[in-house]
Amino acid sequence: MAVLTINGVKREIDVDPSTPLLWAIREQLGLTGTKFGCGIAQCGACTIRLNGNAIRSCVTPVAAADGQDIQTVEGLASDDGTLHRLQTAWIKHQVPQCGYCQSGQLMSAAALLESNPTPSDDDIDKAMDGNICRCGMYGRIKAAIKTAAEAGSGNAIDDAINEGDDR
Amino acid sequence: MSKWTRRAFLTTGVLVGGGIIVGVAIRPGNRTGKLSPHVTADGETLVHTWVKLDSNNVVTAIIPHSEMGQGAGTALTQMLADELDADWSLVKFEEAPAIREFANYPLGKGMLLAGVDMPEFVVPTVDGVLLKTAQALDLQMTGGSLSVRTTGAYGMRVAGAAVKEMLRSAAAEAWDVPIGEIVARDSQLSHKASGRSEPYAAFAQTAAEMTPPASPKLKTQDEFKIMGRHVERHDIPSKVDGTAIFALDVRIPNMLYATVRRAPAFGGGIAKIDDSKTRAIKGVVDVVQLPPAEVGAVVGGFSSAESVAVVAEGFWSAKQGLDALDIDWLGTANDAVSSDTIFEQFDRDISAVVDREADVAEGDVEAAMANAAQVIEADYQVPFLAHTCMEPLNATAAVKDGHCEVWVGCQSPLGFRQAIADALGFDVENVTLHNLLMGGGFGRKSRADYAIQAALLSANVGRPVQLIWTREEDVRQDFYRPAVQSRFRAALDKDGNLTAWENTYVNKHEPVDAPLIPYSVAARDIGHVSSPTHIPFGAWRSVDHSQHGFFTESFIDEVAVAAEQDPYEYRAARLQHQPRQLAVLKKAAEAAEWKRPLAKGRGRGISLQESFGTIVAQVVEVTVVDGQTQVDRVVAAVDPGFAVSPDGLTAQIESAVVYGLTAALYGEITIEKGAVKQGNFNDYEALRMSAAPKIETHIITSDNPMGGAGEPGTPGIAPALANAIYDATGSRVRRLPVNVIDLQYRFEEIAQRRNKPPIRQTFGSEA
Repeated sequence: MAVLTINGVKREIDVDPSTPLLWAIREQLGLTGTKFGCGIAQCGACTIRLNGNAIRSCVTPVAAADGQDIQTVEGLASDDGTLHRLQTAWIKHQVPQCGYCQSGQLMSAAALLESNPTPSDDDIDKAMDGNICRCGMYGRIKAAIKTAAEAGSGNAIDDAINEGDDR
Repeated sequence: MSKWTRRAFLTTGVLVGGGIIVGVAIRPGNRTGKLSPHVTADGETLVHTWVKLDSNNVVTAIIPHSEMGQGAGTALTQMLADELDADWSLVKFEEAPAIREFANYPLGKGMLLAGVDMPEFVVPTVDGVLLKTAQALDLQMTGGSLSVRTTGAYGMRVAGAAVKEMLRSAAAEAWDVPIGEIVARDSQLSHKASGRSEPYAAFAQTAAEMTPPASPKLKTQDEFKIMGRHVERHDIPSKVDGTAIFALDVRIPNMLYATVRRAPAFGGGIAKIDDSKTRAIKGVVDVVQLPPAEVGAVVGGFSSAESVAVVAEGFWSAKQGLDALDIDWLGTANDAVSSDTIFEQFDRDISAVVDREADVAEGDVEAAMANAAQVIEADYQVPFLAHTCMEPLNATAAVKDGHCEVWVGCQSPLGFRQAIADALGFDVENVTLHNLLMGGGFGRKSRADYAIQAALLSANVGRPVQLIWTREEDVRQDFYRPAVQSRFRAALDKDGNLTAWENTYVNKHEPVDAPLIPYSVAARDIGHVSSPTHIPFGAWRSVDHSQHGFFTESFIDEVAVAAEQDPYEYRAARLQHQPRQLAVLKKAAEAAEWKRPLAKGRGRGISLQESFGTIVAQVVEVTVVDGQTQVDRVVAAVDPGFAVSPDGLTAQIESAVVYGLTAALYGEITIEKGAVKQGNFNDYEALRMSAAPKIETHIITSDNPMGGAGEPGTPGIAPALANAIYDATGSRVRRLPVNVIDLQYRFEEIAQRRNKPPIRQTFGSEA
């Protein structure tokens, strides 16, 4: 039995504590926004935030997250449904193609902006290099991160997003 | 726009609540695009497109293509809405297979029409010809960059125009005015003289009782309002908040999970399995051996080998169980086969020239070679490639009481349904298939092997099973882009003019035009020999164009260099008879500032390739430092005839460039002991953000039929890259991927060629 605090909600699950978080989140907790891509922390599709840091849930055992704060893509928007500024920027830049990697991309980007609100191109490359996009939308992801950074903190959809069309 | 023929027709029906539904159908023998092969027998009808207009004045397009990321649904809906003169804010689409309620996919009943039972309106209106609608919708395949080219051009636009014409007739009748005075705009019909105006929906029911026009008038390009305009894709919001449901996200009550391993050597079998450790793992339910799956060809190639799967209460238990199996694999006839032996075989078969078949033979190539001031010669090779869709292969199946229900993301719903039925020994009517969003497809998801495995597992354990392949299985059990060798000879006169082009390669697939070049040359002889391998192969984004684009556009560069001419100008001079191609090439060169000098260690290369009805020229800029290649910039010029969704096309070009660069820089599946060596993204790498170039896309609108979008950006990127590397380093890349080549080693090959008989370059680590 493990106790996970996921997107602000405490949940008890009956799972072998060595099970990777990815499978506990998808199968026991029923949150399918977090994806399986490689199983060896190479592609980033399974990226979630643990105490704010981007981690690969496919190689992180449930035991390592017991009692700590987990955020998945389902918890990125505010409780009232207002999208996170990254999500708004993702739509503005029409980032997703197949969309499968985008939950992981968004979680890596969210962790980046929290620790570095005004990242340079190099900062973005470093933070995002663990997330593969086989549809190749790297240019749009980078542009969307910049737009979201310009929009400042918080979840408000402000003018910077509407003006920041540098796609 | 091709003529709308009697081989196609429109049909109509009344929707519950007073709306109208119109379908466009294609009959057997139709010569439209590539649809005819999908309509196989007399009495079969491919219902190609549906549009409905409900009583709230909302128009819904029903899209018969699978979504794997290409955004076809939005582009197709634009085509329909424009011809209909609809208010874009009142238009939506449903993907034919996009199902939210998994238990409600109703092939043959209810269909997609919000609970309307299709036969009820189909039968009385069209003599029952459309009774096969369910089957027909299943026939839709996604691939070949066909969505806009065929469904859009011959289905969506016609449906939209027909509905508009019927609505106008209905209004003319109701208002008792000539139809010519009725104006349709923004989902409203109006009559200026009388000042009357009503929403489309007011006439939907009357229109639904009319006979659809045989040949609705379509707009000309200058009349387009929604086509060619930037609109946001409808599917994107669900892809940023985790609510989009991919096949992997399907949850069925009482479902088990499974993972599988097929004999690593293709064609292999299982001698013995010790599963005692596996069965001791908590959560493991069963260990199931699966027979070889013969999966029919879309492009060609079969995979036949035994598999073993572990079924468990969760994926992790299944995975641990699979890893704990002690398996003795049977030896195979191909255990001695490796990439090296395959390329030796290709070289032997090309040299032997046995049963060579010509694609094109015109002019006297031998005479031109004999009279040439110089003959240049080169061999090119590309390796096998996997697809590595972001979403690993998976399928969920529930077999119960002689019926099989399958949830899968696939590019060929009908093919899958039939293949599953065959594997289970069921009638196809007893297989229901729900097609979901695909996390990438790229051609791999046109092969049904993974769905068959899921169905067999469910039949075996008597419960629904979600089969998830590991990434390692996905890389090792693909239907690969075939490895190819291609041999060239070109004759040049004393002024450097190209007088003959000779090319022999192994193993022709499709499209048939892939090895052809657009450049004028008096004598051409392009042909192929057969050199089969045991490696399963299939369609890979842009199919044969991806290999031949690299070969021909690299070799023409070699020809230009041998002629001591600028590679861009050399191409341009040979495109005087091809104004459309020339314009695209010019656009790319200008946008990339082709003539601007670059610093030492940097280089620029160009390519031109037409595929799937769209012409793409690309200029790549690279920096090569200590033998390491960094791609700095890609400039693409694209002529798709007309870009329905310019941002969608731009995104597809960006995507195709990155997909092609991944392959050109890193992509190599190597064969050892008859099996694939690589297994995951650590040894089969994908391009990442820090290595991704800046990509600039320039769209040219020409007055030509609409071409494809998803694939045409891929073939030209590898040769433009290789040509840029040559420009930067003097090393000619004749074998991919680039990262296996030592770019610090420089050949003195051009100097050698000019004064000596041709020397065939050999391959190996020194290349």
